[in-house]
Amino acid sequence: MGQIQLKQVTKSFGDVQVIPPLDLTIQDGEFTVFVGPSGCGKSTLLRLIAGLEDITTGHIEIDGQDATDVVPAKRGLAMVFQSYALYPHMSVRKNIAFPLRMAKLNQAEITKRVERAASVLNLTDYLDRRPGQLSGGQRQRVAIGRAIVRDPAAFLFDEPLSNLDAALRVGMRLEISELHKRLETTMVYVTHDQVEAMTMADKIVVLQAGVIEQVGTPLELYHTPRNTFVAGFIGSPKMNLMTGDEAAKHDAHTIGVRPEHIDVVESGGQWQGTVGVAEHLGSDTFFHIHNTGLAETMTVRAIGDVNLKHGDTIHLAPRVDEIHRFDADGLRIA
Amino acid sequence: MSRTVTKQRKMITTAAAWTIGLIIFFPIYWTILTSFKTEAQAINDPPLFFAFDWTLENYALVQERSDYMKFLWNSVIIAGGSTILGILVAIPAAWSMAFVPSKRTKDVLLWMLSTKMLPAVGVLYPISLIFVEFNLLDTRGGLVVVLMLINLPIIVWMLYTYFKEIPGEILEAARMDGATLKEEILYVLTPMAIPGIASTILLNFILAWNEAFWTLNLTAANAAPLTAFIASYSSPEGLFFAKLSAASTMAITPILILGWFSQKQLVRGLTFGAVK
Repeated sequence: MGQIQLKQVTKSFGDVQVIPPLDLTIQDGEFTVFVGPSGCGKSTLLRLIAGLEDITTGHIEIDGQDATDVVPAKRGLAMVFQSYALYPHMSVRKNIAFPLRMAKLNQAEITKRVERAASVLNLTDYLDRRPGQLSGGQRQRVAIGRAIVRDPAAFLFDEPLSNLDAALRVGMRLEISELHKRLETTMVYVTHDQVEAMTMADKIVVLQAGVIEQVGTPLELYHTPRNTFVAGFIGSPKMNLMTGDEAAKHDAHTIGVRPEHIDVVESGGQWQGTVGVAEHLGSDTFFHIHNTGLAETMTVRAIGDVNLKHGDTIHLAPRVDEIHRFDADGLRIA
Repeated sequence: MSRTVTKQRKMITTAAAWTIGLIIFFPIYWTILTSFKTEAQAINDPPLFFAFDWTLENYALVQERSDYMKFLWNSVIIAGGSTILGILVAIPAAWSMAFVPSKRTKDVLLWMLSTKMLPAVGVLYPISLIFVEFNLLDTRGGLVVVLMLINLPIIVWMLYTYFKEIPGEILEAARMDGATLKEEILYVLTPMAIPGIASTILLNFILAWNEAFWTLNLTAANAAPLTAFIASYSSPEGLFFAKLSAASTMAITPILILGWFSQKQLVRGLTFGAVK
């Protein structure tokens, strides 16, 4: 079991309130991702759940029990840190065994569980090494191993992949997702990378300045962003946001169209501009377009290899039913 | 061109370092040398460097007149005891200042250091009174406590600096893994800070070993350590430089040997965090 509820939680550091009153329920077994730009309070929120920071007001409940004043060790949560936070003086075996030793399990049980975790994470050959002798990916796996051995109520991940190189990051992302499918344990995952959020989450919580902008499944956020912030933050490349006459035509203050919802046409088209940079990925081509008169730079994704280069005129046809409309406050118009 | 300049500069600094090193070492060298002279040769003018009759009689006399082992044992107990006690008090103190600092932490640290600016004699009277009141005069226990308190600011400061270098996330990880505060300090912080703790222990042991003000003022016969052993060969006996030197040599030899074997550790600990 691992349901986590935040009720009217606030956090202040001195006079600065970093989290205004916030309510959130994370369901048992759910993979929840906190995403937002750096400094948005997502890590602080995770640390409040962990108990590493005290909340200023409000309540935290874990499985219906008030955990507000419970020390981290007693909350039954496991955490994976960005810096891995492995114990450098202990072998991999001892690192993974540490939570079990603290729980006063007997040696036979500890050995059994450590070996099981090691085999799940492909660490069996490294059990007697020190963290300093491992690569970044292996260290991250040890940190995960240390988290899974004691069957926590929930896992907390604090930007666990940001210290890894790009290729490894994709691999570890899949491993963590698979681990979640296998364990079916609640996971709360903090990242600033919206691709990680989209690919891993059951539920995404988008934060800005300590405020929850929107909570929903990845596709809900993609298809119906509640405001311009979420619209601009979720999706890669970013949604094109435009104001002015073009928005007024749609009875809105701001309109947004995702790069993949604008077609490149041979001639005509509603909009046109000149190609600034064309990024040819083979499967797709991303055009960064200037001089549209609508936005400083517009990004458009074309399927396959489209042969346009810097300085060429490009004709664009946005898909009318995929245009998002927002009012003057930046809120979505239904 | 620049290479030769560097080379030249290197030679100059090396020569300077050696000169300073030799100047610092000279008194110790002279003490050891004098201990092998007769009393007459010891005060010979001009001073004798090598051309004298080497003799061990000073050592024999010193050992005959006073029980070296008893003083040595007292030194070991007092220096060792005050160091261990100090470390036990300082680790939790430094932990709290390094990892859960408050607004006043810096003030507390400075205040502790400021006690070292007070001349020891300033508190001689109150401390003597306390010693008399609690029957601590000339006891090893009393000296262990006093020397521990005298050196505590240095121990706390040193440990605080080492602990500051340890990433807080590792301790948080221990907390998340279910470690109590005691277990966190015992199984995670202390082993990680071993180089720092070791050099703190060594330095503090050396300071306590050489401490002379309190050991001379608060002891008589029972608890007197090696500092008192040396002092007993100074004024009351007249000018017996050779015997005094022999006593000094015997007193500093153990700490010299300890220092020699642990110099690597000591340097590494003292420059901990300076190069990274």
